Amino acid sequence: MARVLVGVKRVIDYAVKIRVKPDKTGVVTDGVKHSMNPFDEIAVEEAVRLKEKKIASEVIAVSCGPAQSQEVLRTALAMGVDKGIHVEITGAEYDTLQPIHVSKILAKLAEKEKADLVIVGKQAIDDDSNQTAQMTAAYLDWPQATFASKIEKGDKDITVTREVDGGLETIKCKMPAVISADLRLNEPRYATLPNIMKAKKKPITKLTPKDLGVDCAPRIQVVSVEDPPTRQAGVVLPDVDALVGKLKEGGHV
Amino acid sequence: MFSRGARQLERRLRIQPLGTSLARAYAAGESALPQLTKDRYPVQRGDYAELTDNHLSFFKNLLGHRVITDASECEPYNIDWIKSVRGYSRCVLKPKTTEEVSKIVSFCNEHKVAICPQGGNTGLVGGSVPVFDEVVLSLSQMNQVLDINDTSGVLVCEAGCILENLDERLSDHGLMMPLDLGAKGSCHIGGNVSTNAGGLRLLRYGNLQGSVLGLEAVKANGEILDCLSTLKKDNTGFHLKHLFIGSEGSLGIVTKVAIQCPPKPKAVNLAFLGLKSFEDILKVLKKAKHELGEILSSCEMIDERSINVCTEHLKVKNPLPDYPFYMLIETHGSNNAHDEEKLNQFLENVMSDGLVLDGTATNEPSKMKNIWELRERITEGLLYDGYVFKYDISLPIENFYSLVPVMKERLGSDAVRISGYGHLGDGNIHLNISVKDFTQEIYKKIEPFVYEYTSKFRGSVSAEHGIGFRKPKYIHYSKSQESVQLMKELKKLMDPKGILNPYKVLP
Ligand SMILES: Cc1cc2nc3c(=O)[nH]c(=O)nc-3n(C[C@H](O)[C@H](O)[C@H](O)COP(=O)(O)OP(=O)(O)OC[C@H]3O[C@@H](n4cnc5c(N)ncnc54)[C@H](O)[C@@H]3O)c2cc1C
Ligand SMILES: Cc1cc2nc3c(=O)[nH]c(=O)nc-3n(C[C@H](O)[C@H](O)[C@H](O)COP(=O)(O)OP(=O)(O)OC[C@H]3O[C@@H](n4cnc5c(N)ncnc54)[C@H](O)[C@@H]3O)c2cc1C
Repeated sequence: MARVLVGVKRVIDYAVKIRVKPDKTGVVTDGVKHSMNPFDEIAVEEAVRLKEKKIASEVIAVSCGPAQSQEVLRTALAMGVDKGIHVEITGAEYDTLQPIHVSKILAKLAEKEKADLVIVGKQAIDDDSNQTAQMTAAYLDWPQATFASKIEKGDKDITVTREVDGGLETIKCKMPAVISADLRLNEPRYATLPNIMKAKKKPITKLTPKDLGVDCAPRIQVVSVEDPPTRQAGVVLPDVDALVGKLKEGGHV
Repeated sequence: MFSRGARQLERRLRIQPLGTSLARAYAAGESALPQLTKDRYPVQRGDYAELTDNHLSFFKNLLGHRVITDASECEPYNIDWIKSVRGYSRCVLKPKTTEEVSKIVSFCNEHKVAICPQGGNTGLVGGSVPVFDEVVLSLSQMNQVLDINDTSGVLVCEAGCILENLDERLSDHGLMMPLDLGAKGSCHIGGNVSTNAGGLRLLRYGNLQGSVLGLEAVKANGEILDCLSTLKKDNTGFHLKHLFIGSEGSLGIVTKVAIQCPPKPKAVNLAFLGLKSFEDILKVLKKAKHELGEILSSCEMIDERSINVCTEHLKVKNPLPDYPFYMLIETHGSNNAHDEEKLNQFLENVMSDGLVLDGTATNEPSKMKNIWELRERITEGLLYDGYVFKYDISLPIENFYSLVPVMKERLGSDAVRISGYGHLGDGNIHLNISVKDFTQEIYKKIEPFVYEYTSKFRGSVSAEHGIGFRKPKYIHYSKSQESVQLMKELKKLMDPKGILNPYKVLP
């Protein structure tokens, strides 16, 4: 049976309105509700289903970030994950944390935990990088199956259906492997009360990047964060002639 | 930041302002216009002036293009949200200022032109649309926020502000509206005040009679009545504002309001529970009140048939299928660690007592939103059932749910669906009886029985939606003859020619 490692990132909840800090150094996070990156939730759901189907023996969730990252680990545990690993990263290192750092950490932990599968969300809804799965596979030198919308386990390999531009691609790869979860892979469950209570007793191990020999020193500097331009208000025109007139006026035709 | 990933999710999880979904549901059944009210109901047009070109030119002079006369453009203003009534007005007026309202009303009073005041037109008792050809006075252009005081928490705004927009504006000041209801994306604060709307958190934040500190209203003779106090305490003379709170546009037009707004809670938690019986719901309610105490902010119940409306018609996901009863318990507080500990303890207790069969709890806004949809979108989903007889009833808590089985027994297969849900914590149930088509036979089997039943338990035949057009003849089931008489005398005093929202509220 397989051991599965899933990455769970703590991000600003997507139902919350994002606000840029007045000094343009980032977005306001203080007092703002966070939750698990929704694509990571899909990854967790898939891992837990693998366990329920007796394909996985143990599911381990990892979150890199400040102390509050333990909240998303608790959510993962309540969904059915067996244990959590919190890699504590704070301050400037956290502010400039990039997929390259996270994938090094995930790769180290995959080796340490003897994982056969690493599943992460295809992207995080805050930085939209879409790099972590790919880089993790590179560090481990494992095959990668990104944008998965279906995962089937064979004897020694897995068959993954991928969402590619304009259609689906089905690939087979050997295990161990890294998978990134796309939107249609599954619909994550809500943790039930008994499981929320059980989750409180499940273990969360705390580590630092240093413990894993990973250097998280900033590699970038954020120059400026700005709101997208606000859409200009439209006008309602009475007829086609008026529309053509306007287009000419604006030099579009 | 927050671009593709979030947008993709939005589509999946159908996050949308309720306003749009209301509009869609409305369009979904557009083919079937409701019968004209004058044809469906035995009602006589009053002795009011027919609209003339002279009247129209006065309005156009005053408002310019803010007068709608085109028949198809007038249609949405003539039909109520649940499409139970339809008028045939050919004149919709959209004033921007109190002075314009005053001029319109005094002109109408002088010429005996009947007026139907309209807010967001989400009212559920047919009060917000004309019965015949009354001029529609839409407050939708009076939508300015005039002041928000961070310290006192007082909001002053015009009547046509949409509830949800106000809540968003207040949020920047760390405040919130003291009421919240499923129609928040469309309803106006003026409409809320005029119907004394209750909603999902009345249990915690009280009703508008307490939160409205002051208001400005235009009387039937056009006089502007300035009761726009922003004081929490003001015992100088009679409390005239109460004449306009809940009188559904029959005593005056509300143009501005001052609302006491509570601080926006730092910690919000929501539990969604599955239960096997109504008896167990009562036990959990009692425990919630005692164990959650001051942080309890909402306590709603939904029966299985009501929740199916959302899952079947609107494809909202129910994370907890299939229980005969559901409860939604929400907490508002200032410290999440404290609230979560309390809530968890409570949940552990009700689970281990076997009162709650299963449940989920979350403080993630996106998940809470999804769960709330299962409650807030029932009204919208019911529209897909066919014709719906809607009752909004207060009953003593022990009898809260009793009408549902009684009606099932009485109607049998005549009804497509008989469902009950509502504001459990406030003893207010929404009973909905869906039928394929409206027929007099079914109608007579349901009414006045429902009202007699309610009256027998000294309940209210209109807990929060008001009387509107559809319920005046049932008012006596909940009000004594003397009370109704005094109401009539007040109406006569304030609107001697009866131009304000005629055929409504009083029998
Ligand atoms: C030590 C002290 C402290 C106080 N503190 C406060 C305070 O903190 N807040 C506050 O608001 N007030 C306070 N008050 C004043 C307050 O108005 C009264 O104490 C109380 O509300 C009046 O009740 P009562 O039964 O004494 O009425 P009364 O003094 O007998 O009557 C008050 C008025 O009500 C009328 N009235 C009385 N009963 C009836 C009835 N059944 N039907 C119709 N009319 C009736 C009377 O005609 C009179 O106009 C205080 C007074 C004292 C002496
Ligand atoms: C999905 C949904 C959920 C709802 N949930 C609740 C709920 O939980 N609790 C609850 O109490 N109600 C609820 N309602 C009904 C509720 O009464 C209305 O949503 C709301 O309070 C009415 O506001 P409105 O602006 O739409 O008013 P309208 O429907 O336009 O008007 C309602 C009445 O007030 C009068 N009126 C409107 N504006 C003014 C004004 N400025 N001056 C004078 N008279 C005016 C109208 O003439 C009419 O008689 C719900 C409705 C829907 C569609």
